[in-house]
Amino acid sequence: MSRDSHQTAGPVIQVQGLEKSYSQLHVLRGVDFDVARGSIFALLGSNGAGKTTVVRILSTLLKPDAGAASVNGFDVATQPAKVRESISLTGQFAAVDEILSGRENLVLVARLRHLREPGRIADDLLARFALTDAATRKVSTYSGGMRRRLDIAMSLIGDPPVIFLDEPTTGLDPQARLEVWQAVRELATQGTTVLLTTQYLDEAEQLADRIAILHQGRIIANGTLGELKQLLPPAKVEYVEKQPTLEEVFLAVIGDDGTAGVPTPTARAVKDPR
Amino acid sequence: MNKHFFGDTAVLLGRSLRHISRSPDTIITTAIMPIAFMLLFVYVFGGAIQTGSDSYVNYLLPGILLITVASGISYTAYRLFLDMKSGIFERFQSMPVARASVLWAHVLTSLVANLISLVVVVLVALAMGFRSGASALSWLAVAGIMMLFTLALTWLAVIPGLTAKSVDGASAFSYPLIFLPFISSAFVPTQSMPGPVRVFAENQPVTSIVNTIRDLFAQQQVGVDIWIALAWCAGLLAVAYGVAMNIYRRRIS
Repeated sequence: MSRDSHQTAGPVIQVQGLEKSYSQLHVLRGVDFDVARGSIFALLGSNGAGKTTVVRILSTLLKPDAGAASVNGFDVATQPAKVRESISLTGQFAAVDEILSGRENLVLVARLRHLREPGRIADDLLARFALTDAATRKVSTYSGGMRRRLDIAMSLIGDPPVIFLDEPTTGLDPQARLEVWQAVRELATQGTTVLLTTQYLDEAEQLADRIAILHQGRIIANGTLGELKQLLPPAKVEYVEKQPTLEEVFLAVIGDDGTAGVPTPTARAVKDPR
Repeated sequence: MNKHFFGDTAVLLGRSLRHISRSPDTIITTAIMPIAFMLLFVYVFGGAIQTGSDSYVNYLLPGILLITVASGISYTAYRLFLDMKSGIFERFQSMPVARASVLWAHVLTSLVANLISLVVVVLVALAMGFRSGASALSWLAVAGIMMLFTLALTWLAVIPGLTAKSVDGASAFSYPLIFLPFISSAFVPTQSMPGPVRVFAENQPVTSIVNTIRDLFAQQQVGVDIWIALAWCAGLLAVAYGVAMNIYRRRIS
């Protein structure tokens, strides 16, 4: 797979001292982090922590007040056109055209990325995301999960080396959530770098190679899951009756085989001694 | 200018035209109000209006055409607003797409949609007895003025499309535009109006545009009105384009 990259060594995303204010509100107060090529990096934070602001700056939609950021070796402030060729953004709300069909949406993006054979690219992605049957239907008839899958498929067109997923599973039902997780894992196995934001702890735990916690405009923790766990005192052993979560019951009742990865109950039992 | 400007604009224009072809009701609703006005004024009020012209529908049509455009351009604001809200706008902005293409596609779509609505209105007027012996050149001149007028008002519509906070806000701006022709020579001669109203009516853009089109249809010599009309349209276009582009640039950086 050939990938147009400015520099191959070193982190693919570099963020240093990023600051951004909206009038009175100081959203980012100096954010620093690096993302290694080909990894899944989760930016974890509660609502309003500034996750979306970081993503918008990295995808050239917003200019920072201070600090520097580069994506795929290109500075977001001085080389925005190069950055846009290196990335794909999947925003918080599925950015799909409701009036067009799924296939037309994919062809549209392929044309706008100036690729040859947009029709073939669309058909490949429809097959990969299990949307072939719905290909000619208007997107307004799609379920939330299908819409999100289409949204992610649109982001993959042109094979960008970096993909931003801003809260990819917010508002999805548990089944759709598993579908999205599966799609994200597949991306990573193909060498794409994924930066995702989430407010769900289990999502970061399930997907990410590294997790950074954004709180009050700063990264207050950054590491692998194992490293973050060591920040706390060692887990005490408590005997807690293992009750299935409602999610597990729901998925079992509707007959989902859970191959896409149901959260492991053991970790949860220790963390959450109810 | 970005080397992909024309290609990207064409792709995005194709997208918006698909929207229109899938909701042809937007063309119909654009044409319905002006047609209703035309029926009302020709068959209800028209008998009592002294215009000095033998056919009231001939007198009325130019103003009705302007009302058609004024109601049609609100869909540009509406569609642009929906794009901004839905996130597809941000998707385009985060892609290597020529930036001005996103707006130009909406503007060109407006030209196409309004042209269709105008044709529908003219066909209805013909059925109601509108007749013109205007030459092909005069018709072309009318089409040219209408296109310039549509272009100017569409760029004006881009402003609420980019800045509105709600769908209602995005389309409400067009109401004053729709009613502007009522205080002009579109429905009644301005001589019948009292002093200050007459001054306003005679010096607002609609009157000069209406008079120009009326003269072209009636095969009369177009006077200085055509230059005033073109100046109004070009001036409005320049200002609206400048403001809209300025807002757009601040919006996307």
